[in-house]
Amino acid sequence: MKTTYREALREALREALTADERVFLMGEDVGRYGGAFGVSLGLVEEFGPERVRDTPLSESAFTGIGIGSALAGLRPVVEIMTVNFSLLALDQILNNAATLRHMSGGQFSVPLVIRMTTGAGRQLAAQHSHSLEGWYAHIPGIRVLAPATLADARRMLGGALADPDPVVIFEHGSLYNLSGELDEDGAAPGIGAAAVRRPGHDVTLVTYGGSLPKTLAAADVLAADGISAEVVDLRSLRPLDDATVMASVARTHRAVIVDEGWRTGSLAAEVSARITEQAFYDLDASVRRVCSAEVPIPYARALEEAALPQPASIAAAAGEVVGRHG
Amino acid sequence: MTTTRRTKAQRGRPSQSAAAKHRRDLLAGMLLIRRFEERCVELYSASTIRGFVHLCIGEEAVATGVTTALEPADAVVSTYREHGHALARGVPVEAVMAEMYGKATGCSGGRGGSMHLFDAGRRFYGGNAIVAGGIPLAAGLALAEKMRGTGGLVCCFFGDGAFAEGEFHESANLAALWSLPLLLACENNLYAMGTPLAVEHAQTDLAMRAASYGMPAWAVDGMDVTAVEAAARRAVDGIRAGHGPHFLELRTYRFRAHSMYDPDRYRDKTEIERWRTRDPISVLAERMKADGELNDTVQDELDQRARREVDRAQQAAEAAPAESAATLLRHVHTDSEEAPA
Repeated sequence: MKTTYREALREALREALTADERVFLMGEDVGRYGGAFGVSLGLVEEFGPERVRDTPLSESAFTGIGIGSALAGLRPVVEIMTVNFSLLALDQILNNAATLRHMSGGQFSVPLVIRMTTGAGRQLAAQHSHSLEGWYAHIPGIRVLAPATLADARRMLGGALADPDPVVIFEHGSLYNLSGELDEDGAAPGIGAAAVRRPGHDVTLVTYGGSLPKTLAAADVLAADGISAEVVDLRSLRPLDDATVMASVARTHRAVIVDEGWRTGSLAAEVSARITEQAFYDLDASVRRVCSAEVPIPYARALEEAALPQPASIAAAAGEVVGRHG
Repeated sequence: MTTTRRTKAQRGRPSQSAAAKHRRDLLAGMLLIRRFEERCVELYSASTIRGFVHLCIGEEAVATGVTTALEPADAVVSTYREHGHALARGVPVEAVMAEMYGKATGCSGGRGGSMHLFDAGRRFYGGNAIVAGGIPLAAGLALAEKMRGTGGLVCCFFGDGAFAEGEFHESANLAALWSLPLLLACENNLYAMGTPLAVEHAQTDLAMRAASYGMPAWAVDGMDVTAVEAAARRAVDGIRAGHGPHFLELRTYRFRAHSMYDPDRYRDKTEIERWRTRDPISVLAERMKADGELNDTVQDELDQRARREVDRAQQAAEAAPAESAATLLRHVHTDSEEAPA
């Protein structure tokens, strides 16, 4: 079936709202407007304003309300318009959602799902373009997911709702118009697993989310150059699926990590450290990272493109680790 | 106060009416909180218990009066100054004391300490040490009550400091907009840590400001437990009748510093002494004596009972096993003994 990333997310929400009356969607403009990115278009007509619930611009309160309602047995899906705005709710996510279970000695679960947009590439300038999912991946007590494909957009939400603990899902803004064939019956891997999106034997390119299409494009460039790149999509940023990454590195002996987060203190730094800790003797070259430049993401197209990982910069880094300087 | 009543009380036969028994329960509840916290002072001074310890000595009427108006099925959300709320809610004194000791038998398994007391069975949702952080959570619990049609309500305690936080105002707006069954119980003890109300608020009439969200709101003498209970019952009745959130400004005072760390340099000693004359325990006890419901002997018995309860809790906490470090990673996620890295 031909679909888009946006429609796949909507279908997942529709399925969840239909299957379980405890599920409700809540956030700014999710109802009448249809979602800032059109994901929930039409759902309020179908399920009513109690279950597709418009909120005021109060990220901290409606995220906290999601946590409280989850504590009391509902299954809220909270939409935060962008990761930039989620900082207004970070207190609730970190100090309450991620913490309550442990702090209460295991007495309370928070079965909450938070969806938010992340990433750059649409000339929206600094306050709408940052990739902060690595910060969330730092926090024990939550799971962090990054669907990068149509199948994951369609099926990750179900896995997240089945999880008894809080799950944060990052949707890269550049993916909403991604279109293609969705296998109706295909099962997605479990929500904690990484996936090999393209097999190869010369170098492992580890990435996730909005960087996956760019990394696959880089693999095409490398293939034309005679370099066979394996592309691993992390899918889950917390926990990280070390086994899939290390197995790939054991095959290719080289690794490049592509992450739209800033290089310093990035998720890429964590993955790189794990490869060094766990697969050092498999490596034929030092691990490389392709990350965003250390700058607030600028508006001007040429500046924005220069700030972000691109197929050319990814291919260049991979070429260097395999010893071929293109 | 009439001569007849005084004489009757002095003969050692205080009134046994249901109303008298109820007031005696209120007194016993406040005495338990007072004696528990006085013991905490001793234990902290001896370095037996550590961490931040925030006492509510002087504020016992608020915890006791408000929780008395709630049903067991209702939920309670509290702050870091929550010993009184927890005890008044019926969290066993042994479990609270064991938590102060960080023992395995503590009400949060030793993970929470003084600031994070939890009890799922009594619907006591902590114990939130982020000022105002519990208010959205309470609104969420209230939304669930409403969506599930349980008829239950949620009581959220917070201080005047929290009133300055955006989370209070965001939540008050949403609770009123969605007509949530939420009792906002603001303990106005006049200081946000060391900053007086008038230094942090442009308008110090908190009830008036809360009313601007379109919810019933009024101020109560927080040193008078029966006044607190009456106000809370009125609010609870309004909430159960479907009139949405209600706000109570409970005007109270903490006789001790913000926390055991706090040297309390910001308050005039004469101010503290002036408030001490309105000690909620004395206020109720004197009134009960005047009404022939209490005499010194009975008051002493109630006090001794509270002290024995605290003694037993302390002995149990000292004898309880420490939580093993082998359990460190438990309770981070539901399905695993150890957290996924």
